[in-house]
Amino acid sequence: MINKILGTAVKALVLSGLMISPVAMADTHTIPLGAAVSLSGKYSTAGNHTKNGYDLGVKYVNSMGGVSVGGKMYDIEIIYYDDESTPARGASLAERLILRDGVSFMLGPYSSGLTKAIAPVTEKHGVPMVEANGASRSLFNQGYKYMFAVLSTSEQYLQEAVNQIAEHAGKPASEITVALAMENDPFSQDIRAGVMDDVKRHGMKIVIDDKLPRDLSDMTSTLVKVKALKPDLLVVSGHSKGAALVVRQMNDLGVYVKMLALTHCESAKLHDTEKFGNLADYTLCAAQWAPSVTSEGAMFGTAGNYSAIFESEYGYVPPYQAAESTAAVLVMADALTRAGSLDKDAVRDALAATDMSTFYGQIKFSEAGNNIAKPMLLRQLIDGKYYVVAPANVADTALVYPRP
Amino acid sequence: MTTKIKLNNLIWLGLPIIVVAPLLLPGYTTLMTYIWVMIVLALTWDMLGGQTGYTSFGNITFFGVGMYVCAVIQRDMFTSGIDRFERVSEIVVSLSASEYFISLGTGALAGGVVAVLLAVILGSGILGMRGHYFAICTLGLGHAAAEIASGIDYIGAGSGMVTPIYPEDVVLGKEIFYFYVFFLLALVTFVVFKKIYKSQFGLALNAIRDNENKAESMGIHTTQYKVAGWSISAFFLAIAGAGVGNVIGFIDPVEIAFAGPTFGVWMIVMAILGGKGTLWGPVVGACVLYLSKEVFWTYLLGWDKVALGLMIVVIVVYFPKGIFGWVEERKQFNKLIMSQKGDGQ
Amino acid sequence: MITYLKILIESPEFLAQLLINGFLIGAIFALIAYGLALIWGVMDIINFAQGELVIFGGYITYTLFYQFGIHPILTIPIVAVVLYAYGWAIYKTIIYRLLGQKDIFITILATFGIAILMQQLMQAIFGPDVVTANPELGMQVLFDGKIIIANIQIISFLISLCVGTILFIVMRYSRFGQAIRATSQNSRAARILGIDIDKVYANTFAINAALCGIGGSLVVMIWTIHPFIGLVYTFRSFMIVILAGLGNFAGIIFAGMGVSALENVVGFIIGAEFQAAFIFCLLVIILIVRSARARKKREYIA
Repeated sequence: MINKILGTAVKALVLSGLMISPVAMADTHTIPLGAAVSLSGKYSTAGNHTKNGYDLGVKYVNSMGGVSVGGKMYDIEIIYYDDESTPARGASLAERLILRDGVSFMLGPYSSGLTKAIAPVTEKHGVPMVEANGASRSLFNQGYKYMFAVLSTSEQYLQEAVNQIAEHAGKPASEITVALAMENDPFSQDIRAGVMDDVKRHGMKIVIDDKLPRDLSDMTSTLVKVKALKPDLLVVSGHSKGAALVVRQMNDLGVYVKMLALTHCESAKLHDTEKFGNLADYTLCAAQWAPSVTSEGAMFGTAGNYSAIFESEYGYVPPYQAAESTAAVLVMADALTRAGSLDKDAVRDALAATDMSTFYGQIKFSEAGNNIAKPMLLRQLIDGKYYVVAPANVADTALVYPRP
Repeated sequence: MTTKIKLNNLIWLGLPIIVVAPLLLPGYTTLMTYIWVMIVLALTWDMLGGQTGYTSFGNITFFGVGMYVCAVIQRDMFTSGIDRFERVSEIVVSLSASEYFISLGTGALAGGVVAVLLAVILGSGILGMRGHYFAICTLGLGHAAAEIASGIDYIGAGSGMVTPIYPEDVVLGKEIFYFYVFFLLALVTFVVFKKIYKSQFGLALNAIRDNENKAESMGIHTTQYKVAGWSISAFFLAIAGAGVGNVIGFIDPVEIAFAGPTFGVWMIVMAILGGKGTLWGPVVGACVLYLSKEVFWTYLLGWDKVALGLMIVVIVVYFPKGIFGWVEERKQFNKLIMSQKGDGQ
Repeated sequence: MITYLKILIESPEFLAQLLINGFLIGAIFALIAYGLALIWGVMDIINFAQGELVIFGGYITYTLFYQFGIHPILTIPIVAVVLYAYGWAIYKTIIYRLLGQKDIFITILATFGIAILMQQLMQAIFGPDVVTANPELGMQVLFDGKIIIANIQIISFLISLCVGTILFIVMRYSRFGQAIRATSQNSRAARILGIDIDKVYANTFAINAALCGIGGSLVVMIWTIHPFIGLVYTFRSFMIVILAGLGNFAGIIFAGMGVSALENVVGFIIGAEFQAAFIFCLLVIILIVRSARARKKREYIA
């Protein structure tokens, strides 16, 4: 008896609670944007950077009067849900945002895995999504028409490192050896594919090709292989855990390579000399953007300017995840203005025609929806600070090779 | 007597409501679809866990196997000329309506068969062990399966696979189609299990749970029964997996196919929460847990996992027999009181 | 694969490096496994929150190191005490209700619930980032740099061995240890003889927590930790206990060291992605073989 009453009560509570929210959203002077972000779980650090980036973008756009659509001024606001770093969660959240909360426009989640799960949903409902943190190339050959990405795609992440070793090695490309240790998840495997392409192009040899398990806790066997085979370049992609681990363990095992290229150095805080001393010095780090890069735009001005504003708002230097998230908001706002209406397809077309300069870089989308106007940067960590060393036309300083 | 009649009436009332539910609450179709999935997961786990007394932490293996087998068949059955070893995660297959449903059906069934084979082979080996040893052994099963799947390029290795796009020219939308598919699966599983538990086979399973030594000495080949039970679970679990892979659209070996920390754990929690060893227990547990999860998540963002953990601990401490088990106990207690009153008066 | 095998054969110093590394690290896992075996043997409790206790200990060391500047090695006794108290508290609130259960489901559920709770709390308190505490103790360079052993690993090994030995001595020769052993043999008889078994259980669980904490301190010094990596350690300690065989405390150290060393070598030869799966399959095979042997004698493994 009690069981049944409880059951009915719970169901009633759930249904009534879930019904109330859509009604509250009927404010006619704000455009709601939906976003499922990783606020908890393994991506929560980056997810929070993303949220901060989004919030700063919204704040700035609204402070400039908002978005002008068809002669009317609107504020934009974001409805957030925590996807707990789980793809299945993200997909059902996207559905909830679209069907229950009635959003017509979405901002992307953090990580390729989550974007991969959400894209089919937004595509199906014809909801344009501007994403800033899903770099996997496989997102862009699915024929999605409603997804646009401001960041460079994943296989570009460390291609520049391969070019650099070709330049600096001081020996013919066919004699250069490369070692790969990539986490066995879509993102890192994409980076691996990009690196492999470039390695083949130069004619270099791959001597180690390890797929690191996702719950990685020890890289000893891989690093001993590196010690044995002495490659010229070691490329490691394992999110922040991989970056932190490889730096520590390379030191502990006495492994030395002339060039070390990683991803997620910033999230692993490799520049924090308190934590890592100068063990990570001269490591090359892939970055979508850096505060010192020479791009600028109408909102926020130069990259350096954006960095200062972000820092005064949140108290830390913005990593590229935050910067690209803000850029996504700017792109969305710009498209809404150009579309002149709140019709999803009109906005979608406006997005496709985007061609703008921002503090984050040039943004112009290809047919498939990825940004083809911004290069991937390579930075080197020297004495606790990051310096852009490649591509040459945006470099701060010259690359130091080999690692001393 | 009265309670039984009421329950039957509820079912007859409930069924038509369920059938039209997607039309009444379109926003919640996926939510309800997942409830059916959870019911299947909890029921299948309970066959070995509750009825036979063997906790398995590795049932998720069959779920993932079904998912992958079906996805591969869907990808390969009607298409040719694609490279199936390079960049598998980027292959997107688009099929006509008939191709889609045929490959889906074949794939799901094939998944079930492969899962049964796996259960038989594995089971013959590890079901010979008792209690804790078996449980710990199965703990690593899902994990090992995920690792192995992450190393095979044919199924996309670490990057996973994408299931075919739902055909456009079909009357039933994707959500609604899968709602009914899973509802049917849950219904069939329930009916089949109900029959099994009432039969000799079910009695044998219970005998194993109550005292395996006695069962053996009475001539029951306990290992055979255990393996059979596991295989039945594996079959339905694999079909569920095949469906879920298509609903989500994207298969990842660690997060989705062999998702131990999510689906794998929930199936156990749901069965125990609802009352293991009973038929309705897992069903109730599945509904309660899944709905609670959703409610906590909507209203206690950030603290929902803590609330969930607390709820689990509370129920385990105060309702160790699970919700349904508690209800059953009350019924027995009431019966006792009633019969005593009758005698006294 | 063959290339790597050849390397090991041609240049045995790499094999030595892998093995030594494995043995040294294995001792830490053996310590954690010892705690698990203890509560399993004495109280028949399977603790799913074992890994989370380890991570908790690691976080305490990390916080003491970075907030207060205490050298990580010196934090170990502090961590042991804190975790001991914590283990005691958990016993008094939750674990004592789980004793004497006929089936293990409730225990698993409850400890699993504790694990989830701890994960979320640790994330809330310490943040979700990956952290490490580098004690910067230098390394031993042998054979001209071909084999390098970080001093922290040697020290961890010694500490683990020390703690293990102390525990062994306490178990064997002290009243306290006697009480624990008596309770595990026959709790009713122990109670009749005047032993406060509730205290014994509390102490046992607390000791397990302390062992996990010490293990965690060492882990954060050698590798990295974050709130969600506990399951890896839980699973590993289970494997070691099962491999050694329940009740075989001496075997745990060998199982621990053996598994770690084997893992390194296997990872080297067939690649890191199949490392864990290989070890697990090995475990299954060993169990099946043992089970078959027991079957011949008309026994079973339980």
